[in-house]
Amino acid sequence: MKNTISFRIADFLKRYPPFSNLSVVQLEALSEEVSISYKEKDSLVFEIDESAHDQFYVVHKGAVALWDTGENVILDICDEGDIFGLRPLMAHENYRLRARTQEETILYAIPIAKFRPYIKENRRVADFLVESFASNTRNPYDKSNRGQLLGNADQFNPRNESRLLDLQPVEFSKGIVSVAPETSIKAIAQQMTSKGIGAMLIEQRGIPIGIITDKDLRNKIATGDHSISAKAKDIMSSPVITYPTKLTITQAQMAMMKSNISHLVLTEDGTVNTKAIGILSKHDLMLSLGNNPAVLVKAIKRSRSVEDIKPLRNGVMNLLRGYLDQNIPMALTSKIISELNDSCIKQVVKLAMEKMPSKPPVKFAWLAMGSQGRSEQLLHTDQDNALLFEDVAEDDFEATQRYFLELAKYITNGLNFIGYEFCPADMMASNPKWCNSLSGYQKMTSKWIMNPGPDEVLLSSIFFDYNRAHGDKELVSKLSRHIFDTVKKYPIFLSHLASSSLMNPSPSGFFRQFLVEQDGEHKDFFDLKQRALMPLVDAARVLILHHNVPDISNTWERYEKLAELEPNNKETFLACSYASKALLRFRTKQGLQNNDSGRYINLELLSKEEKMKLKRTFKTIKEIQELLNIRFMVSRVR
Amino acid sequence: MAETTPTLPEFWKAYEASFRQGLPKKVSEANFVVLDTETTGFDLKNDRILSIGALRIKNGTIKAKEAFEVFLDQTTFDAKTVEIHGILKKGKVARIPELEGLQILLRLLENAVLVAHHVRFDVGMVNQALKRQGLPKLMNPELDTSVLFNKSLPRLKRKQEGHYSLDELSEYFDIPKTDRHTALGDAYITAIAFLHILESLQPVSLEKLLKKDRFWEFWKFL
Repeated sequence: MKNTISFRIADFLKRYPPFSNLSVVQLEALSEEVSISYKEKDSLVFEIDESAHDQFYVVHKGAVALWDTGENVILDICDEGDIFGLRPLMAHENYRLRARTQEETILYAIPIAKFRPYIKENRRVADFLVESFASNTRNPYDKSNRGQLLGNADQFNPRNESRLLDLQPVEFSKGIVSVAPETSIKAIAQQMTSKGIGAMLIEQRGIPIGIITDKDLRNKIATGDHSISAKAKDIMSSPVITYPTKLTITQAQMAMMKSNISHLVLTEDGTVNTKAIGILSKHDLMLSLGNNPAVLVKAIKRSRSVEDIKPLRNGVMNLLRGYLDQNIPMALTSKIISELNDSCIKQVVKLAMEKMPSKPPVKFAWLAMGSQGRSEQLLHTDQDNALLFEDVAEDDFEATQRYFLELAKYITNGLNFIGYEFCPADMMASNPKWCNSLSGYQKMTSKWIMNPGPDEVLLSSIFFDYNRAHGDKELVSKLSRHIFDTVKKYPIFLSHLASSSLMNPSPSGFFRQFLVEQDGEHKDFFDLKQRALMPLVDAARVLILHHNVPDISNTWERYEKLAELEPNNKETFLACSYASKALLRFRTKQGLQNNDSGRYINLELLSKEEKMKLKRTFKTIKEIQELLNIRFMVSRVR
Repeated sequence: MAETTPTLPEFWKAYEASFRQGLPKKVSEANFVVLDTETTGFDLKNDRILSIGALRIKNGTIKAKEAFEVFLDQTTFDAKTVEIHGILKKGKVARIPELEGLQILLRLLENAVLVAHHVRFDVGMVNQALKRQGLPKLMNPELDTSVLFNKSLPRLKRKQEGHYSLDELSEYFDIPKTDRHTALGDAYITAIAFLHILESLQPVSLEKLLKKDRFWEFWKFL
């Protein structure tokens, strides 16, 4: 007798962690124990406080939503290959969430009793579970963060920014130099000098047993307490104080203070019984502290030239990398990084103003447009900006504009120097079109709104996300009020804006396959920006204009506001908010990895997990596009 | 119903005895056994069953452990009229005598509702095999996924002749065609399609569900 069904199950499971870590034999044995369950849409898998089943679930097809019924919010949506309902089984507790199918779903139910032995036997399976559980605890709000084993979500308070320092990982020296306990002090001192290190690790059979620092040489040898012919084992501090490599700055500080030592040894599992991975010195710690946002902001504000700012921008990038590695909530990450980017821009503006021969003739404001305006620009990308100045007498206009154009030139050059590429479409304040008076902009935007052709719609979509980076607040609100009032009078504009936002079809085909670029330089790559991020960004802009809500330019904040304004669409909007954060994180990570803008993604290089995460957001995009289509009767203007 | 005679083997008696318990009212409480047979051809009299695949569905759940697939040793039968040999030589799987295969099927089947795609054919083949072994016919109520699928569609979308292939169903419900044309692989596709069909039919009771299949009504009056 053979069982093609268990083969079929094994064939599916082997594509997803942790099952991908099992051997073929293990997987086939496990698969024989699986039950396949068909669930209708909206059927309950388990309820809050229900005692844990003797099995956990893997979604084979369809989608299952995990609800926090107290808050009445969806915490996660599991689809193909996602595991849920495992954590309560491991913790021997009742379910903390409700699991309900979002659509027709086929589940594989795996008996925990048959799975448990593999957790014990197979370290990689155990590691995966631990990591997934750990990442669950981090943030129930940010979808891309949550591992797939959600059965419970601990709270992370995103308002508590002081915790950030705690979460930052330490950078430590990985190239360890070590010697045997029988080595002479003289040889050790010579090695330390030639390698320029302040501490030497003493190892026996690959295990750290002691450490000798500069201080030991001074206190124990130079004082004459030990002879120069002594051996390492005579003067080393032993046993060594060891910690795991996943150490945060605060933990490291505490550890050094507690033991009054200047070097921590980081080992594989954090105990003295495993191999040393690295040494963390007080000096390393000081460097890590330099990556603290507050310190960076101070340094940016103190900088006297763009040359000073440039290296600080690198610090910002390191911080960003650290936050992403640590899976710190995207909303918080982008807030801090945008804040730092803003500080840089402000400082560039300030420095440019000092270069001008005279003070500005009238009040003005520096506007960041596009992704920067939305506070969604985490990587160095193009600069899109505009300068807005107070209305002046007709005769003075030319001279005033000339002054601000000169200022803008200094600023855009400065920004370019610190890493913001010039805008290829010349949407920069150094272009007279984007260096205008309030009434000039009012006239221009009125024209766009009243006669929305394709170009006007495109310009609006970039300009309307502006955000004041520097300058007069009142001036900017006047412009915003004008725009909102005009849109109210000409609602057809919204239909055009909606129509243009629907030009990019949602990225998943019928079988949820990826749409990839058909030709050009990026053939077969997935255009993350155009296909996934922009539809969400565009939809948010149309809807927020429709609701007449000024002063929110960030996409997920817009969706959060929309969820508040339209409780009946709350679920969709919150899903959009999640999705835009997840996609931005994804793009930023890709960009950091490949050292580019992260826009084009080679799908072949993505892990199955990443693909699934990406796909998950596509459904949301489809939903919001359908909503736009209906609300603005897009088919009419098309 | 066939008279129980002392010559019938124990496993048949057990099968018959299971029918003493009536069918449950609720669909969720019913046992469904989804069956598929791979045969040498379509002639009930002259063709033979090469393999039987079956699985049980209860309350929307299939247990992998309860599914089985057996390959039957048909070499002792008429090798001249039936091109069995060519097919048999290909496979290296262990084969068991027909009687043994039937025994395994009956053990899983009991008094369950029998589901298959074009169920009359599979039941006909099994009944012929039973007859060869000197056993009576199957006693289970039957459901045909081809007929039920047609019923589940909106009237305008139904085919006139009401015939649907298993490939059409697997495409319609987006069921991967892995192991297509193996007995258990096809039984699995049939099972998943059946569950989808149940979802759209939403029968209030098992009795109502059985009435949806006109072949079942026909069977009742036999």
